[in-house]
Amino acid sequence: MSAKTISKRRKSAEGKWEKLQNSTRPVIYIGAGSCGRAAGATKVIEAIKGHLKEKKVDAKVIEVGCIGPCYLEPLVDIQMPGKPRVSYSNIAPEHTARILDPFFKDNGIPRFHLVGHFGGEELDGIPRFYDQPMLAPQVRIVLRNCGIIDPEDVDHYLARDGYKAIEKCLSMSWKEIIETVKDSGLRGRGGAGFPTWRKWLFCRETKSDQRFLICNADEGDPGAFMNRSLIEGDPHALLEGMLIAAYTIGASKGFIYIRAEYPLAIERLKHAIARMRELGLLGDNILGSDFCFDIKIKEGAGAFVCGEETALIASIEGKRGMPRTRPPFPAVSGLRDKPTIINNVETLATLPNIIRNGAEWYNQFGTETSKGTKTFSLVGKVRRTGLIEVPLGMTLREVIYDIGGGLVKDFKAVQTGGPSGGCLGEEFLDTPIDYENLAAAGSIMGSGGLIVVDKDTCIVDTAKYFLSFTQAESCGKCVPCRVGTKHLVQILERICKGKGELEDIAKLEKLGNAIKGGALCGLGQTAPNPVLSSLRYFRDEFLSHIKDKRCPAAVCRDLVVYRIIKEKCTGCQRCVQVCPTQAISGPRSEPHNLDEEKCIKCRSCYEVCRFDAIAGDAIVIES
Amino acid sequence: MAVIGADNLRIERKQNILASTKGLMPMAKNVFTKVMQDFAGEAEDLIPVLQRVQETDGYLSANAVRRVSRWLKVSENEIYGVTTFYAQFRFTPPGRHHIKACLGTACHVQGGEQMLDVLERRLEIKPGETSADGEYDLERVACLGCCALAPVVTIDDMIYSRMSVLKLQRLLDEREDNKQTP
Repeated sequence: MSAKTISKRRKSAEGKWEKLQNSTRPVIYIGAGSCGRAAGATKVIEAIKGHLKEKKVDAKVIEVGCIGPCYLEPLVDIQMPGKPRVSYSNIAPEHTARILDPFFKDNGIPRFHLVGHFGGEELDGIPRFYDQPMLAPQVRIVLRNCGIIDPEDVDHYLARDGYKAIEKCLSMSWKEIIETVKDSGLRGRGGAGFPTWRKWLFCRETKSDQRFLICNADEGDPGAFMNRSLIEGDPHALLEGMLIAAYTIGASKGFIYIRAEYPLAIERLKHAIARMRELGLLGDNILGSDFCFDIKIKEGAGAFVCGEETALIASIEGKRGMPRTRPPFPAVSGLRDKPTIINNVETLATLPNIIRNGAEWYNQFGTETSKGTKTFSLVGKVRRTGLIEVPLGMTLREVIYDIGGGLVKDFKAVQTGGPSGGCLGEEFLDTPIDYENLAAAGSIMGSGGLIVVDKDTCIVDTAKYFLSFTQAESCGKCVPCRVGTKHLVQILERICKGKGELEDIAKLEKLGNAIKGGALCGLGQTAPNPVLSSLRYFRDEFLSHIKDKRCPAAVCRDLVVYRIIKEKCTGCQRCVQVCPTQAISGPRSEPHNLDEEKCIKCRSCYEVCRFDAIAGDAIVIES
Repeated sequence: MAVIGADNLRIERKQNILASTKGLMPMAKNVFTKVMQDFAGEAEDLIPVLQRVQETDGYLSANAVRRVSRWLKVSENEIYGVTTFYAQFRFTPPGRHHIKACLGTACHVQGGEQMLDVLERRLEIKPGETSADGEYDLERVACLGCCALAPVVTIDDMIYSRMSVLKLQRLLDEREDNKQTP
C-alpha cells in the first residue's frame, strides 16, 4: 500500500470515527482491559448485551482499554444519539437496567453511579470526566487513546492521527529524526533514563549489514502495569513507535519481548500486527518507500532478570536469560552479535507524538533535565488507584494527594522503582519527580510503579519482600548478587522474627554497599536499594524490631498476637465458625476465648469481626 | 553436568509414575509434528517451541523434551538448563484448574501472603504442586498487573480482585459445592 492509499484509508477512517461520535444509535463503551476484567467487566458486558436484546434496542457495544482510574472499574460509558458520552463507574451486572433504561425511555441522564461526561460544554450540572480530581492534573500524551478508542479497530487509531508520524518520518533522513528526538529531551522510560537519541546514534553509526530493534515489554516490576495497560488500550501507538525507531536506526527486524503473564496484551498485539500487514505498514517497501521492517512477538517465560538488556537478548536467542559484561553494549553488538536497540514500551509509544507535534511541543513539559511526561501505576493505600500520566517535575505530594486523593490512614512511605528502588518517607513528599531527584534520594525513577503505604505496612517486611524477590530472581552468575542477596534476606528474616541483633544493621549496610559495587548487572547493582533506603529513612522501625521485638505496624507474624477484647465481643460465634484451627471457643452471646497456642494468625477471625454486621470489632492484632 | 543428568532421571521417573496413574500419553508423534510445522527448527526457537509443547500437554514431559532435543539439535541437558531457569515451565502434569496467587508488591502490602496461606492450607499443597485429587494446581506469581485491585487470585481465566481471606474461603467452598451438585 502506498502513501496515497493510506491517506485514502485514513480519510474513510476519519469518516467512520466521526460517524461513531455522532452515531444515530446508542454506543456503549466498556473498559475491558485486564484490570477492568478483574473488576468484573466480562459479566457486565454479558449483562448489557442481554439487556439490550431483551429491550430490543439496537446499540453498538465497544470494548475499550483502560482509561486509568482503576478504582472506578468496571467503567461503562453510554453515548446516546446527539448526546455526549457519559461515564458510569463500579458497575455490576445488576445495575444494567438502572443505567440504561432511563436513556431508552428518554427520562434524562440517570445519576446512579455517574462520574462525568466527555463533552466540551456544561451538561445538566454533570462534571466533565477529565475534570475529576484524579484526571485534571494529568497530561495525557502516551495514554491519549487509552479507553477512548477500540484497540482492535485500526481505523480508530488512524482517525486519531495514527500512522501520520511514520509517514512524516519516511520523508525525513535518519539524522533529522535523531535531531528531533534529541531536541525533545526524551530519555529511556524503562527506568535508567539514558537519552534515547544517543543510544540510537551509537547503533546507527556502527557499520553492519543488519540491525535489530527490540521492544522491552517484559514489565517485570511487581506493582507496575503501565505497559500492559498501554498495549491493551492502544497497541498501534507502540507499533508506530517501533516503525519510527526501526527506520531511524536502520533495522529490518524487530522483536517485542513480552511477558507471557499478559495474555490479553499479546492477543491485542497479534491482532494489531495483522492489521498493519494488511495496510502495508509492515513487510517490504512500507508505504511505498524502500523501508522494510517486520515484527515478531517473543513471549517471555518468566524471569525478572530478562528486563536487563543482555539477558533479554540471551533469552530471545533461546538461552538462559543471564546477563553478560558490557561493553560491548547491545547498541554495538547485541542480538546475533549485530547492533541492537532495546527500547521500553513507553519510550517507543511516545515517539509518534514527538514526531507529529515536534520536539518543542514535547519539551514544554517536564523539568530542565527530564522532559516530557511519564506514566505511573499509582497503587497501594491511596484512595484513587490507577494508571496516570503526569509531566515530570510534579511533586510526589501532588501525585499522591491531588491525583491519588490521599490515604485513609496516615501516610508512611512511597515506594518507587520496584525492587530496584527505595522507600521514601514524608520528608520527600515535596520532591519533584524526575530521574535526578529520585536518584539523589536513594531511590530510582524505575519504570513507573508508585506504591503508597500507610502506617499498617511494615517497612522491614517490605524490604524483606523486595529482597526475597530479587534473591529468587537472581540469575546466579555473579557471586555478589547470588550469595549477597541470600544473606541480606536471611538477616532480614531474622529481624522480622524478632531474632535480630544490633550489629545486623551494620551488616546490612556493609553487605548492601558491597553488592551495589560488585554485581554484574543492574539487577544486582540495585537490589540492595530497598534495604539501604529503608535503613536511611526508617531506622527506628528496624530498631524496634531488634531491640523491643515489636513490629509497630503489627505485620510481622512472629511479633504479633491476636486478642479478643472481651468488652467488645458480642459472642456472635462468627469467628468460631471461620477459624480453621479451632483456636477460638466460647458459647453464644458470651465473650469468646482465643487460644494463642492454636492460633496460626491467618486473619480469618479478624476480617469476619471487622466486616460482619453483628460482630463487634472485638478482635485486634497487636504487637 | 552430572547433577543435571541426575535431575533429568529424577524428573523422568516422577513423570512416569504420574503419567501411568493418570493414563496420560504426552506429546504423541502426530501432535508434535503439528508443533514442528509452525517453526523453522532453529535452536533460537527453543523457548517458543517448549512454550507450545507446554500449552498442548500442560507440562514438559521427558518424552517431549527428548523429541525437541533431537529436532532442534540442542542437548537434553541444555534444555533442562534453560527450562529450569524460567518460572513458566513445569515438569509435572497440571491440575484440572490452575490457581494463581499474585504476590506482586501491591498484592503483598494488601495481604497477598495470607491468600497464599489459605490456598496452601485448603488444597494441602505448596506452590508448584498439584492437589491429590488432581483438581487444582497452585502457582505463586510475581505480578499479574492488576495492582490497583489488589490482592488478586486467579482461577483459570477468571481474575478475582480485592480478595480477602474470607472471600477466598467462600469462593473455594462455592466451587466445592458446585462440583458435588453438577
